[in-house]
Amino acid sequence: MTVQEQTPQEPSHVSRRTFIKVVIASGAAVSASAYLFRGPTLLGQGSLPGAVERLMTLNVNGQMRRVDVMKQETLAMTLRYKLGLTGTKLGCDRSECGACTVLIDDVPHYSCSILTHTVRAKKILTIEGLETANGTLHPVQQAVVDEQGFQCAFCMSGFIMATVGFLKTNPDPTRAELAHGISGNLCRCMDYDKILRSMMRAAQYMQRTT
Amino acid sequence: MADKKLVGQNYTTPDLRAKVTGRSKYAEDFRAEGMLFARLLLSPFPHARIQSIDTRAALAMPGVRAILTADDVPGPKDQVSDAGVVIRANPRSEKALTNEPLYQGEPVLAVAAVDELTAVEAIEKIKIRWERLPFSVDPVASLLPGAMNARVEGNVWVRPTPVQGQPAPLPEVIDLKWTEAEVEEYKAGRLPMGKDTDPSWSYGDIEAGFKKASLILDETFVTPNTSHQCLESRTSMAYWQNGKLFIHLSTQSTVQTVMSVVRWLSIEPENVVLISEYCGGGYGSKGTGTVSDVIPALLAKKTGTPVQMRISREEEHSIGGGRPAVHGRMKVGFTKEGRITAVDMFTVVEGGPYGPGNDGNTASRFASLLFQPEAMRWRGVTAITNTPPRRAQSQPGGMQGIVLMEPVVAKAARRLGIDQVEIRKINAPAGKARFGAADARGNRTYTTSCFVKEALDKGAQIFKWDERKARNGQREGSKVRGSGVAISAYNAGSVGFDGLFVIKPDGRMYIQTGIGNLGTESFSDCQRVAAEMMGMPWEKCELTWGDTSRNLPWSCVSGGSQTTHAMTRAAHATATDAIKKLQQIAAKDLGGRPEDYVVANERVARRGGGAGMTLAHAAQRAIELGGMYDGHEVPKEINAFTKRSAAALAGQGLMGVAKDAYPRDGASVSFVAAFAEVEADVETGVYRILDYLCVADVGTVIHPASLGGQVLGRSILGIGHAIGQRWVYDQQYGVALARRFYQNKPPSILDVPAHMDWAAVELPDPETPVGARGIGEPPVAAGCCAVLNAISAAVGDEVFVRAPVTLDHIVTALEMGRPTQARLTANV
Ligand code: FES
Ligand code: FES
Repeated sequence: MTVQEQTPQEPSHVSRRTFIKVVIASGAAVSASAYLFRGPTLLGQGSLPGAVERLMTLNVNGQMRRVDVMKQETLAMTLRYKLGLTGTKLGCDRSECGACTVLIDDVPHYSCSILTHTVRAKKILTIEGLETANGTLHPVQQAVVDEQGFQCAFCMSGFIMATVGFLKTNPDPTRAELAHGISGNLCRCMDYDKILRSMMRAAQYMQRTT
Repeated sequence: MADKKLVGQNYTTPDLRAKVTGRSKYAEDFRAEGMLFARLLLSPFPHARIQSIDTRAALAMPGVRAILTADDVPGPKDQVSDAGVVIRANPRSEKALTNEPLYQGEPVLAVAAVDELTAVEAIEKIKIRWERLPFSVDPVASLLPGAMNARVEGNVWVRPTPVQGQPAPLPEVIDLKWTEAEVEEYKAGRLPMGKDTDPSWSYGDIEAGFKKASLILDETFVTPNTSHQCLESRTSMAYWQNGKLFIHLSTQSTVQTVMSVVRWLSIEPENVVLISEYCGGGYGSKGTGTVSDVIPALLAKKTGTPVQMRISREEEHSIGGGRPAVHGRMKVGFTKEGRITAVDMFTVVEGGPYGPGNDGNTASRFASLLFQPEAMRWRGVTAITNTPPRRAQSQPGGMQGIVLMEPVVAKAARRLGIDQVEIRKINAPAGKARFGAADARGNRTYTTSCFVKEALDKGAQIFKWDERKARNGQREGSKVRGSGVAISAYNAGSVGFDGLFVIKPDGRMYIQTGIGNLGTESFSDCQRVAAEMMGMPWEKCELTWGDTSRNLPWSCVSGGSQTTHAMTRAAHATATDAIKKLQQIAAKDLGGRPEDYVVANERVARRGGGAGMTLAHAAQRAIELGGMYDGHEVPKEINAFTKRSAAALAGQGLMGVAKDAYPRDGASVSFVAAFAEVEADVETGVYRILDYLCVADVGTVIHPASLGGQVLGRSILGIGHAIGQRWVYDQQYGVALARRFYQNKPPSILDVPAHMDWAAVELPDPETPVGARGIGEPPVAAGCCAVLNAISAAVGDEVFVRAPVTLDHIVTALEMGRPTQARLTANV
């Protein structure tokens, strides 16, 4: 977008030049900066640098999945829009909220901020991969069900994945330790008390199953 | 409903398994064949007019399919309400796209292309000639003589007095500036009680009240504001098929949102299929959708192809809206026993560009309800600002009124040496408590019931208030503790909606719910009432929700704490209807009078044992009998929406269908009492919330787990307002500076105590058959004020004059011996 101006009523204390500078620096003029992906129709046209796709194999939820990935594509994009794994949510697309948390080799990561081509040799686990094939819920999922945890649940898969990852390193946490462990996730419905109670119950269930 | 198996019990809601496995689909998770993607061009200026748009280069790009501008968006149309009253469309209301953006970040045009990158590249190629216009982001600053106005016509809304029998007149905009004397008042840090433009009200003799008072406090305070920050942004996707619109969006309500879409697109309700099974948070901002939701629908029409528009976090920040701050002045008189004799309240609302909202008036009503002043007057101004639109946010207006009042009461209690719980009990409403303005005949509205004193007593006991308050102000090293209490209230229920279910010959109960699934679980909880009355085990109930092609009944807006009250009444009416039909079927087949039969344990059988039949069998009989029994005939008073749904379901079994026509004497209001203890470090200003309890007076408890979620979740929303959340604007350039989570962070799990507690008074509301009311709103102000009052209990009264209160406010105020916060500005 080009800003061409004509300013009959210039605010007296703002020179036009500083005004434009600030507006541009603020970066929100065009809503271009976040949440972008290239659909299949124009593949290979790639007018943005690096918009060329490469075929690669990803290990997601124990399955080897072939997928075309752009150089600058994030794992969240690949999971959601190429592999149809929409249980991974995007809340901010910028490492602020944790809604996109998945496990990469057992470690929780914000998938909105991981480039897909960096995880080709790794094991990726998403919310869809927790339930067993016969429909048994993972203990962390079961704990959330039993506590009727969360409200709108948009943050939930991120919290569940963060908890699954955290409990691998600390299977018997105190409430405070667990809170720290999942504090990289934001819930805007904010019933944190019940979330924490669900996750403490999850820790108990995990100990029972191992 | 003496023997309750379902109501009041925890259970697993029917949406939960899909949520924990990631199978629940939110608006952005849908894909349609050949779907295009839309991106928005947002205004870079806080106020401007578009002179011309050149889209040629963009449209010439491969992959670009359509561009939508404000000229393509249908204008707002007059509406005729159910009662036949004409509601005139306000030409100054918000539209999906605009040629005169009134805030930085307002959508100006949208591009649909084969993918998002193409759409964005196309936007880069669009040339716009703008005419920049004067702007204002600070409501109070706009009242200073010579200040710029947010709209060309002025800076303040006025609402002409309605004339009986005529459509309500449209709001107007005027230019209002303070006099020199008022400016002097403002410079002294007091909100001038100058010319008021909102429809004011008063009752009693406030001058006499002040004369009687032994303590008069006169406080000016700025309430906190923040955007809603729903974790799920308001994405929508739409396509047209055979003249019908299919729209997937993120909205709190289901059925009611259809009516918004109908209004925004000027189409018929039967031509809208709305799908929203899950909504990732709304807090009021997605009540019945957002006007921008229809952009994909318009683009889909233009291109003949499905279109999805995903909304980024930054876009969400601007178009999602937020809570208005209220700049308020409270003059309050107290007797030496703590009774409030008079309140003189003046508010200046930061109104955003569209409106006018009702926040000032609502604020005053709840201030009057909670503290029952013997006399009160409210006057106000709703100012216009070039900031994102103000939308209802949990406890809209009520929160602000209580935040203005609570710290004054806390201060008075300390001055008068009265216990904080006690002073609230002295002034608390009880029973059919009156509040707000008087009508033409001098009558004031009153509540259906209220048990604030009971909530305070229960809370004080659980919280060990007496033990804790003994620690107030006690130093341990640099640490000092304080405990605060606050009370809060809000409207908690509407009336007059419909319910619909069918018991089929397979012995199962198929319940249709038009309530939105926004996380409160009321879409399911309310239906437990019907299942309970029908004697149906919950496992045999199947719920249909979130898709208006699946025959839903007319339901209330899922917001404003309305649902639990409104829809348990509808469920009760519907089950009553079904029971009556079952009794008639049983009497027809088995003899005797209908009233000899009762419905329980999946059967309709003679009272006290004897002949009966299963509901499965009765359902079969209902089909054979037809007419009203299987839904071929429906009550005439039900809404047209329900009638269509009932017609589609007729003939499948025994139908329960009814409108809630129960009487109600008074206004349904829920109350809470909240308690918080904080520990502040006087050297660093850092403070922590150690403990929190909120006790709710919501009548009968339907589902404890979801009630607890609402009580504590909304409490934390309020606590966020107290401890740090706010919108920040650059006053010089009119741009928002807190657009992302990290710049305006909602409370995290580490900002709240590790244990938080809630309880309910559990006294049923006498004016509704189930006894239950909603709860989403009252905890917000309670959470905010309990923490604010705990801070002042710890570090004294001369620390803050606005919220949020951050550590720098505390250290600097303690050092200077007076509040150091900026008074009476927006957050600039
Ligand atoms: S979406 Fe990745 S952290 Fe928010
Ligand atoms: S439950 Fe709604 S964001 Fe966490």
